[in-house]
Amino acid sequence: MDLTLIDKYFLIEKIGLISAVLAISLLIAMYSTWAERKVAAWIQDRRGPNRAGPFGLLQPLADGGKLFFKEEIIPSTANHFLFVLGPSMAMLTACLTSAVIPWGDVLNFGGYAVSLQIADVNIGVLWIMAVVGMGVYGIMIGGWASNNKFSLLAACRGASQVISYELPMGLALIALFMISGSLSLKDIVEQQRDGLWYVVLQPVGFLIFLICAFAECNRTPFDLPEAENELNGGYHLEYSSMKLGFYLFAEYINMFISSALMATLYFGGYSFPYMDSLGLSPNLVTILGICALFLKTFAFIFFFMWVRWTLPRFRYDQLMKLGWKVLIPLALLNMLITGAVILYRQNGF
Amino acid sequence: MGIDMIIFTVLSAIAIAAALGVILSKNPVNSVLCMITCFVAIAGHYIMLNAQFLFVVHLIVYTGAIMVLFLFVLMMMNLNADIEPQKRNWLKYAGAISGGALLLVLVAALRDASVPAIQSGAPTDIGLISNLGKTLFTSYVVPFELSSVLFLSAMVGAVVIGKK
Repeated sequence: MDLTLIDKYFLIEKIGLISAVLAISLLIAMYSTWAERKVAAWIQDRRGPNRAGPFGLLQPLADGGKLFFKEEIIPSTANHFLFVLGPSMAMLTACLTSAVIPWGDVLNFGGYAVSLQIADVNIGVLWIMAVVGMGVYGIMIGGWASNNKFSLLAACRGASQVISYELPMGLALIALFMISGSLSLKDIVEQQRDGLWYVVLQPVGFLIFLICAFAECNRTPFDLPEAENELNGGYHLEYSSMKLGFYLFAEYINMFISSALMATLYFGGYSFPYMDSLGLSPNLVTILGICALFLKTFAFIFFFMWVRWTLPRFRYDQLMKLGWKVLIPLALLNMLITGAVILYRQNGF
Repeated sequence: MGIDMIIFTVLSAIAIAAALGVILSKNPVNSVLCMITCFVAIAGHYIMLNAQFLFVVHLIVYTGAIMVLFLFVLMMMNLNADIEPQKRNWLKYAGAISGGALLLVLVAALRDASVPAIQSGAPTDIGLISNLGKTLFTSYVVPFELSSVLFLSAMVGAVVIGKK
C-alpha cells in the first residue's frame, strides 16, 4: 500500500466522511425504531407513538434516555469481560460495512474533489462478506457469556442461521460479479448508471440476496434467535440497560446497511434515470444522487418492516430447509445460467 | 519512523500478544478470541503488503468461518478448569521436549535461509484480485483445478462421515 499518498487533507477528508456516515447510520437506526412502530400501527390500524413531540418524533430520544438510565444488571455467574464484549462486537460489525458503500459521486469544493465513499477498494463486496461472517461473534459471545441455557440455544441458532445464509448470499453475488466483472461497488454503480439496473439482469439473484439479507439481519420471518415464545427473549435475554440497547440498535443499523447495499448492488445506487441529461451542475447531480440512494434505501427499510408485520415466523427446520435445500441449489442454477448466457454472448456456440 | 513502520509495529505487537494469549489463557473460549485477534492483526499485515485479496479471504475463511466453528464447539462443550482432567507429569515433559525440538528445527531452518533483497522496482499490485485471478487461471490452472477437486472430495467425505 502506498502510504506516502496520505497527507493532511486526505486524513481530514476521510475522518469527516467516516464521522458523517457513522452519524447518519446512527440517526437512521434511531428513527427506524420510530418508523417501525408507525408502520406497525398503520398496518394494524392503530395510531402508534404520538405522545412525545409532533407525530411522536421525540419517542426515540425518550427511549434512548430510558435505556441509558435503567439499572444495569450483570448476572453474577456471567463472564464479565465477554458479557460486555458481546454487544460491542455486534455494534462494531454493524458499523464496519458502511466503509465500502459509495454514498454518492464526487463533490467538488473549489477544485478539491471529494469522493463520497470511504474506501474504494477493489475487494468491496468481499469485505462485506467478511464483516457479515464476523457478525456472528456478537450474538455468540453475548449468548454464551450470559451463562443461561436459553441464551446459549438462541446464540447457536443465530450462528447457524447466519452461517447457512451466507452461502446462498455469496453464490447470488458471484452471478452478479460475472456480469459486472468487478468487485468494487463504485464500478458496479457506474455500470448501472450507463446501462440497465442489475435487478433486471439478475432477478433471481436479487431475490436470493433479499431473503438472505432478512436472515442475516435476524428479521422476521427469520428472527429465530429471538423467538420470545420459545426462548424467553433470545440471546440478549440477560441483558439490560444500554447493552440491550446496543443489540437492538445493531439490528437496525444492519437493516439500514443491507438496504443501502441492495440499492447499490441491484438498483443503481446513487444513479437515477436521466441523471446525465438534466444539464445541471455536477455538484447538484451528486446531491440529487445521494437523495436517490437514500430514497431507495428507505424503500427497502419500509419493505423490511412491511414483511415483519405481515408474515409469521418460520419454524427452525423450515428455515434450515429453505436455506440449504432451496436457496443454495437455486443460487447455483442461477450462477450456471448466467455463466452460460455470458459465454454465449461472447463467442456464440 | 514512517507511518507504515508505526502501523507495522503496532500490528506485530498485537499479533504477538494475542498469540501468547492463545497459549497462556486458562479459559479455552478466551484462547479462541485471542486467536481471532491474532488473525485480524495478520490480515492487517496483508493489507500493508497490498495483498487485498489475501487479506479479505483470510478474514472470510479464518476469522469468519473456521474460528466460528471453533467457538461453536468450545461453547457447546463448556470446558473449564474444574472439569479439566489432570494431565500426567510425563505427558508434560514429552510436550515440552517435542515443542523445544520443533523450535530448534525452525531456528536452524531460519538461520540459513537467505532473504532475497526487495527490488525497489517490483510491481506492488500483484496481490490485487484481477492480477491474482489471471495468474491462477493461466499459469497455475492445473494445480488450481486439482486443489478444487481435493476440496470437493473433502466435502463429500465430511458428509459421508456425518451421515454415519
